[in-house]
Amino acid sequence: MGNLSNFESSRIPSSHLQQQIDATGKADVEIAINGKKLTVPYGTSILNATRLVGVKIPTLCSHDDLCVVGVCRLCLVEVEGQKTLQAACAYPITASINIRTHTTKVRKARRHVLDLMLRNHYGECYACRRNHKCQLQDRAKEHGVDFFRFGHIKEKRFEEDLSSYAVVRDPDKCVLCYRCVRTCIDMQEVGVLEFINRGFETQVSTFMNKPLAEVICVNCGQCINRCPTGALRANDPSDKVWRAIEDPEKHVIMQTAPAPRACIGEEFGLEAGHSLTRELNTAIRMIGFDQVFDTNFAADLTIMEESAELLTRLKDALVEGKDIPLPMITSCSPGWVKFCEHFYPDQLDHLSTCKSPQQMFGALLKTYYAEKSGINPANIVTVALMPCSAKKFECNRPEMQDSGHKDVDYGLTTREMAQMIKECGIHLPDLDREDFDHPLGLGSGAGLIFGATGGVMEAAIRTAYEIVTGREVPFEGLNVTPVRGMEGIREASILIENPVEEWKFLAGVELKVAIAHGTANAKKIMELVKAGKADYHFIEIMACPGGCLGGGGAPIPTNDEIRRKRAEALYKEDASLEVRKSHENAEIDQIYEEFLGEPLGERSHRLLHTHYTPRGKRIGD
Amino acid sequence: MRDQRTREMLDQDIRRWVDKYSRERSALIAILHNVHRKYSQVSAHAMEEIADYLGIHPVEVYGVATFYSFYNAEPKGKKIIRLCRTISCDMQGKRDLVYALEHRFGIRFGETTRDGKWTLEYTSCMGWCDQGPALFVNSKPYTSVTTERLDAILAE
Repeated sequence: MGNLSNFESSRIPSSHLQQQIDATGKADVEIAINGKKLTVPYGTSILNATRLVGVKIPTLCSHDDLCVVGVCRLCLVEVEGQKTLQAACAYPITASINIRTHTTKVRKARRHVLDLMLRNHYGECYACRRNHKCQLQDRAKEHGVDFFRFGHIKEKRFEEDLSSYAVVRDPDKCVLCYRCVRTCIDMQEVGVLEFINRGFETQVSTFMNKPLAEVICVNCGQCINRCPTGALRANDPSDKVWRAIEDPEKHVIMQTAPAPRACIGEEFGLEAGHSLTRELNTAIRMIGFDQVFDTNFAADLTIMEESAELLTRLKDALVEGKDIPLPMITSCSPGWVKFCEHFYPDQLDHLSTCKSPQQMFGALLKTYYAEKSGINPANIVTVALMPCSAKKFECNRPEMQDSGHKDVDYGLTTREMAQMIKECGIHLPDLDREDFDHPLGLGSGAGLIFGATGGVMEAAIRTAYEIVTGREVPFEGLNVTPVRGMEGIREASILIENPVEEWKFLAGVELKVAIAHGTANAKKIMELVKAGKADYHFIEIMACPGGCLGGGGAPIPTNDEIRRKRAEALYKEDASLEVRKSHENAEIDQIYEEFLGEPLGERSHRLLHTHYTPRGKRIGD
Repeated sequence: MRDQRTREMLDQDIRRWVDKYSRERSALIAILHNVHRKYSQVSAHAMEEIADYLGIHPVEVYGVATFYSFYNAEPKGKKIIRLCRTISCDMQGKRDLVYALEHRFGIRFGETTRDGKWTLEYTSCMGWCDQGPALFVNSKPYTSVTTERLDAILAE
């Protein structure tokens, strides 16, 4: 395990353990599962071994993205020769053993574990957000639970924490599986949630038991995606959205981000990796929204502004010799922005001043669109469909009112959107396909791939390279493959040759970029930036693993494989589009001509750019 | 002003203890012990300070501090009396002691006197079941305590 300390090596995601095991070089082990003989690599967990023979052992605390803890005790199995039952997830096979997975002893023990959990699990399934999406419920069904052997708690023990715009905590539904804590501490390295107290008093809570809105939560919502029950959920504004739709005075506009269309099908029983872009448009109109626009349009706008900002920074630094903060870092991911505000408050000038696409769009809807359509912006309600819980916080930032109104009224997650669609009795995959409304409904492929990690970088490279050299990026089919993939941190560089007159000073410059996703990886990059050791020009950082498509508002469950499939869906759709470069989007030309002037112009500056708040991570004072 | 000075002293002490015990996360309990012994409390500020030195999250320090009932996140009395609440002490006259202590200080168990000198608390079994009732005054144990002996014990 190399130079990792014992503590660090014990907290490796379970899906990565196999690599560690392979590295030991020990001989395979012959075992028997329910009498069936097979050979497994040394160190394989019983849980993984049983998958090879088609047995699915019940689990709650185990998650591919997280390290092994073995706390829920649902995966108990019998190992011949061992006095007690063993937790399959936490038992590495190192010798030839006989495993029995469903003896009476095992089934009885699992039932009792479940019965004990259900004893303290407050509430009824039909009054729960996670009904039909709950692993505790699934396990109870699989094990034929038909009564509460140890009773069922009738009174709430805890208050719901409704303080955060993004994440709601309901500790009464918590089964203490430790997934959210591992997500927050190990995977994201934010460190908001942890077990506090002891024994029966144990609960998941925050520093000094403060409400989520007062701690250093970055609203990424990754804890929600990993919670097996309804103890964590997004703060759902859909009732307010319904009210706006019913109000004849209100003109309700939906903008849909790239990631939700690539994963909303999962909420309707489809496999991961099916895009339902235009079916979604139909559904949104059926629900009663007045207009449906494409956030990809605003993503293209972001690229125009951000590339202009990057090139200006490069010019100022390289030609004028000014002390300009480089590398420049993307600011599309609101989870990442808040993370930076808390953990690197002195590095905020590296962030691009560009608002995220969602907020750019909001500001334009209540100015440009209002003007063009003759609708009073006070009567416009803008809703953003996002794969993200942090977007809910972002749209409620006090500085996001540049149109003179709240630029984006509500952020809906993919899950909440699916719920609204289901409530209307619509089965999304069956719908006809409809286009977006115009003039803010045309998005390029570059805008679309914002949904995947590396997408913003690829989109920016497609545009910036062409601005500088007058030629297309030197990659086959515009696919900037070096920036794609699921590695936590990726680096790439592009040599600039024969630039056009205006950008002559960039001749021979090797443009260096880096991409990080997940805030733990962001931390690694930021430590380099802070130490002045990051010789990149441009960095893309997304708060969630996989980028937006792994966002805290995306369908549950999530894992590496699902994230990969969602990314494939986005790249496939990008390749199928006619317009794949932000600067070739005709509606972008139109809005600059009619309204904004030029990138980084006065109006752009007022509506499309923002500033950040150094927050720091000390909250105890 | 006084708070400011206490905080500076606390910060210095923590730095000293960190140097003494190391910056590994395994040093946490030892540092918490020292902070608690001197300040009879582990404040939010102290937890954040310690977390910074050890490279862990404040909430992890909070998790450890709340796991052990002898650490206080809230300020408590200079002297904490912890009376065993387990059954054998119960059978050997615990109730008389509760009555005597509560009357003597004018507070209930779980409370702190207004002058910040005394706190009354229960504790789980300390292993002196044969010599009950037993209690702690801070870290010093007393066994076979009677109401008559209380004066002498508290005067120490």
